[in-house]
Amino acid sequence: MSSSSSSQLGLRLLNQASLILFAVVLLVFGVLSPAFFQPANAVNILIQTSSTGILAVGMTFVLLTAGVDLSVGAIMFVAAAVGGKLILGGWSLSGVLVVMLAIGVVYGALNALFITRLAIMAFIVTLATRYFGRGLGLRITETRAMNLPDSFYELGAARILGVPLPILIFAGVTLVAHLVLTRTPLGRQIYAVGADVEAARKAGINTRGVLFVVYVVCGLCAAAAGIVSLSQAPAVSPSFGNNREFMAIAAAVLGGTSLFGGRGAVFPGTVLGAVLIQTIETGLNILNVNSYLYPLIISGVIFLAVLLDAVRSRVLARVNRRRIFVEAEPT
Amino acid sequence: MIEFRNIEKSFFGVNVLKGVSFTVPPGQTVGLVGENGAGKSTLMNILGGNLPPTAGEMFLNGQPYAPASPRAAENARVAFIHQELNLFGNLSIAENIFIRGFPRKFPWVPWIDQRTIRVRTRQLLEEVQLARSPDTLVEQLSAGERQLVEIAKALALDARLIIFDEPTTSLTSRETDRLFAIMARLRERGIAMIYITHYLAHVQQLCDRIVVLRDGQVVGAGEKAELPIERMISLMVGREITQLFPARNTKPEAEIALDVRGISQPGIARNLTFQLRRGEILGVSGLMGSGRSELARILFGLDPCATGEIVLNGQSLVGLSPRERIQRGLAFLTEDRRAEGLCLEAAIADNAVLVSLPQFARGAVRLVDRNRCRSAVDKIREAVKLTASARSEQPVKTLSGGNQQKVVLAKWLLNEPKVFILDEPTRGIDVGAKYEVYRLINELVARGAAVLMISSEVEELVGMCDRILVMRRGEIRDTVSPHEFDRERILRAALHDGSIA
Repeated sequence: MSSSSSSQLGLRLLNQASLILFAVVLLVFGVLSPAFFQPANAVNILIQTSSTGILAVGMTFVLLTAGVDLSVGAIMFVAAAVGGKLILGGWSLSGVLVVMLAIGVVYGALNALFITRLAIMAFIVTLATRYFGRGLGLRITETRAMNLPDSFYELGAARILGVPLPILIFAGVTLVAHLVLTRTPLGRQIYAVGADVEAARKAGINTRGVLFVVYVVCGLCAAAAGIVSLSQAPAVSPSFGNNREFMAIAAAVLGGTSLFGGRGAVFPGTVLGAVLIQTIETGLNILNVNSYLYPLIISGVIFLAVLLDAVRSRVLARVNRRRIFVEAEPT
Repeated sequence: MIEFRNIEKSFFGVNVLKGVSFTVPPGQTVGLVGENGAGKSTLMNILGGNLPPTAGEMFLNGQPYAPASPRAAENARVAFIHQELNLFGNLSIAENIFIRGFPRKFPWVPWIDQRTIRVRTRQLLEEVQLARSPDTLVEQLSAGERQLVEIAKALALDARLIIFDEPTTSLTSRETDRLFAIMARLRERGIAMIYITHYLAHVQQLCDRIVVLRDGQVVGAGEKAELPIERMISLMVGREITQLFPARNTKPEAEIALDVRGISQPGIARNLTFQLRRGEILGVSGLMGSGRSELARILFGLDPCATGEIVLNGQSLVGLSPRERIQRGLAFLTEDRRAEGLCLEAAIADNAVLVSLPQFARGAVRLVDRNRCRSAVDKIREAVKLTASARSEQPVKTLSGGNQQKVVLAKWLLNEPKVFILDEPTRGIDVGAKYEVYRLINELVARGAAVLMISSEVEELVGMCDRILVMRRGEIRDTVSPHEFDRERILRAALHDGSIA
């Protein structure tokens, strides 16, 4: 009995790990640099988080079903490449945005078709479509950087009620995603599928349909992340969106979403994870740390996040271990 | 209420159910008892829409009932409470109850009506007397509480018939009492129930009628007064012995090969102590979930044990990995041949040399000597009498069950084990292949090895073993010597609760 309650306690601590980590990071940077706690810096961090944050929100849907989508960076690239061509070709901004989002949906649907209909592992499917997307994007841009007109930049600089638009978009995506996951039948079924696909199927849940939706949502979020990214730096370079999928996965996992499925949340979880990564980067920047060290430090943080996830799964397995008899209760 | 009429089911030509007929009257509880393999699960799978019957019909309230899926069974208001619960630990109690179809706040908006599911769940939890908030995550509940959530789920379906499959195995005695009180209330409400269990005392306590299955047939049915525990046991064991066993010319030696002293692991094993001598075949009997396979896994080092000592030929095995135990002469044939015993896609030869491969490595870079490998495989194929028509390069999955099992045996025999643990060595193989397996076991002990043989088939143990241990709930309940071999005694120890005996 006592061992199981200590496991429960450990589990609760592990579930709060991202919050604890965030507090530690804030404390360290705050102590090292007084400039860190200025409000302008907080806004800055949020703006810079928004693109990766939106990407990570979409990724959370996929991770919750114990899947993964490695193609999101490529989706950003393809959507941006097509969007760039169109806007340079004289399309209106709103038309371009609709096309870019549609590309995200179609791309996600394609991933979903391969995964649900052909029963190929998500990892393999999205690895293939990742390379496909990067190749396609390079072909569209002819491997040259494309500078976009000011309309994109104005999008990024716009403020509504004093709040920068990228932050508003990030907040809007987060709100909708949070409500879908927590308040709709679909959202709860996503959690059920992630916990146990077989049991979900037995409970009469359309598991293929659920999986289909999460990859489409992920594709849509990737396209939206591409738009926000372009609004901050209106240029499509050949490396646009490259390796962003890993930042998205890292943000989600740091926020407590499990790679084993069924566990995690968009808010505060993934949002916190994304902000945490950006905070570290900004903090290192303020402290003037050699920028070649960033990847090493970020890799350390990602490793820590995955380690915490693994430890948590193990504790969970211990709590739920099968027993064939029950120890006598103390009388 | 529900009537089974001449239900037949065969798998690959083997009849598992042979014309089962019985009725569950409305509002009554029927106990369904029988040994492992008697056909209880198959029958319940047919009732639950997981399997179609080969022949026969079912009637629910007089209407023909043939569910095509578990969902169809639910729609007919037939609910199952399985031993392994189908709950989602990461969802709340209320969400688990309504996962099949959430009530919506507005018909056209997919928005869960939280208030309704909370209120409804609270009512259901009250009915099953579970004092928990509907928002509690299921993973925070104890095994007994989860069971009550399953029952609440059945009530949410407005079930007319609830099937309980071994619901008490993971419950404390207090939780069991509470479950029984709730079952009694369900009965008063007119819900019919089928109760499947190995605890015959519980059957007597709870049920109105009792049905005894043996070898896929109903061998006894009646009011509970007509079927006291003794009668149930003798009906369950009255099986004809059809299997022949090869004669054995050797006797166990005095030297102890495996000495197991006081193995305990919370929830799994309680103070298991026994000695296995060279040349001895020691049987382990017990029902599914009695801890027999768990014992094997502990001995082999796959699962931990909190306390106790395992000594193999004078050397302690505690703390050693399975690999190190194999090097010291231990072998383990698992009960799940396809998932754990074989690499199904790989060739017969590759499977056969899997354990002993290091012996065939040669030279400074330890390359495998393929010629020696091949001749060893040819020799062992001969020894286990593997079908001559199979080429050694053929994938194992193309073989019959019996031949697959011979490949598993070959794999271990090539390593010349000193102590061989066999978990269900003849499961799912035909009579001829069984005889071959028995012969191989006899040859093995004749060469001085010791065998621990775990089996659900009591005949097999009686026919092969020098002694038989009987396990129940992680304990050794009885040790039976040859002159007292008696199916009834073994079954009684395996089935009976100590408090009743």
